[in-house]
Amino acid sequence: MRERAAKGWSLGLAALLAPVTLWLGLFFMVPLLFIVVYSFGSSPIYGGITLGFNPGNYLKVFEPTYLEIIVRSFGIAALTTLLCFVLGYPLAYFIVFKGRRWRNALILLVMVPFWTSLLIRAYAWVVILGGNGIANKTLQFLGLTNEPLNLIFTPEAVLMGMTYSYLPFMILPLYAALEKFDVRLKEAGKDLGATRWQTFLRVTFPLSLPGVIAGSILVFIPSAGEFVIPDLLGGSRTLMTGNLIQNQFLQARDWAFGSALSVMLGVLLLGAIMFYIRKVGTDKLEGV
Amino acid sequence: MAATTKGSGKGIFSGLPDWGLLLGTVFVYLFLYAPIAVLIFFSFNSTRSTQVWTGFSFEWYGQLLSDPTILQAFRTSLTVGVTATLIATVIGTLTALALSRNRFRGQTVADSAIYMATVMPEIVVGVSLLVFFVAVFIPMGVQLGITTIVIAHVAFTISFVTIVVRARLSGMDRSVEEAAQDLGASPVQTFFRVTLPLILPGVMAGALLAFTLSFDDFVITFFVSGVGSSTLPLKIYSMIKFGVSPVINALSTVVLVATMLLIFGGSRLLARKEGS
Repeated sequence: MRERAAKGWSLGLAALLAPVTLWLGLFFMVPLLFIVVYSFGSSPIYGGITLGFNPGNYLKVFEPTYLEIIVRSFGIAALTTLLCFVLGYPLAYFIVFKGRRWRNALILLVMVPFWTSLLIRAYAWVVILGGNGIANKTLQFLGLTNEPLNLIFTPEAVLMGMTYSYLPFMILPLYAALEKFDVRLKEAGKDLGATRWQTFLRVTFPLSLPGVIAGSILVFIPSAGEFVIPDLLGGSRTLMTGNLIQNQFLQARDWAFGSALSVMLGVLLLGAIMFYIRKVGTDKLEGV
Repeated sequence: MAATTKGSGKGIFSGLPDWGLLLGTVFVYLFLYAPIAVLIFFSFNSTRSTQVWTGFSFEWYGQLLSDPTILQAFRTSLTVGVTATLIATVIGTLTALALSRNRFRGQTVADSAIYMATVMPEIVVGVSLLVFFVAVFIPMGVQLGITTIVIAHVAFTISFVTIVVRARLSGMDRSVEEAAQDLGASPVQTFFRVTLPLILPGVMAGALLAFTLSFDDFVITFFVSGVGSSTLPLKIYSMIKFGVSPVINALSTVVLVATMLLIFGGSRLLARKEGS
């Protein structure tokens, strides 16, 4: 039950909230407003912006060249989320139910890569997947191929790098959800004659669902807007929306179209989150 | 009871025995650490190759320490990180206090804004700040550089500090504060002598998170940094982009080790504080 006290404003409260209102207002909300306004403008040939009302920037998104990039982004983000779930769930399950006194150490081991620079993690895959890298060496050693394969600068390389980088974002909420799980429920399931698999599917998994959803959001959002990983591992034929936006702002200098793309990405992802919050509530996201 | 004890000791995945789950877990840990191990390994390589082992050497660490642009980038990152962390931690703590201790009109809006700032894609935050700085700051004579980087970093870390401190506040027993007030302490005295010491682990965890996020940020910094000032991630990016050399491996190793020390040290510190 939510309390609903309509008043409660005081001088003290206003003083506490003034700095955040000012900073987030001026340096987060207003800039977002700027790109909304810019997205309806048009960009002169030499770049920059002419304000106006030109919905054409939003229609341009549907041109095949751009649409392909956007669809690819969401596809790669969805696959990343799926792979993170497939790899992360058993691990979180193991830590919570089998880890016993090693629990804290095991979860800390998940967090270390999570706290390390995303750039460095992406770069590690540049080294591994490169022409003469360990991946190719291993494939040749195993006799699966005779000459170095072109592993880097492919969509698969991007998928690999993203799954690697975002895996901890999936494991941590799963861990938080499973940790709250009452083991007696599993035992009850067993006592009532359910097999292990039935108990898992009908008791454990449904109760961990908030963690699954929170983890999926935490992986999907940054993946869909990812810019660094496709930039380093993807090559020119695996651009994603983030790269397209960067390109419009820094190379093509079409700020109007770049703004429209940014607005679209922001609205799509925020919409997905709002849908989630309606369904599950915000408190579950804080478990991270 | 015997059956239950026996059952809870066994595996679950579709009758998969324990070793199946164990194997999967070991595989994921290998996946998490193998790339890191590869970087550390090749940072000690004796030739320029980042892919073929030719012998042990400290050469790249030597080059790392003698490269003034890397040291300068490190200094910039430290300056930005410390400044942004101080500002964001103060603002974030105040915000957490306001949000957890009051019910007021517009609270939902405030909550939503806080969350929105944590989930907005970095690229969108980056370009919107770029557009804003170019339109407002440059005409005012403020160029893109350390100032704009700090402003941007504070903007995206406040929410994280708020969420962490708020979690700590929600677990706190409010009667201690009421007791202090009953004993005649002013609100300010109560805050500094009672509330702050109690939430300090949360504030420190928030500050640590803010510093890490700031020190690590590439995307937003990339858009708001201008040409003159380069943070460490920007420097690493340009090193990867324009010529792969084992100096990056040495740098990565140093960053990795420093991060690990920071986390282990931080978690030890927090554990001790919370224990007392």
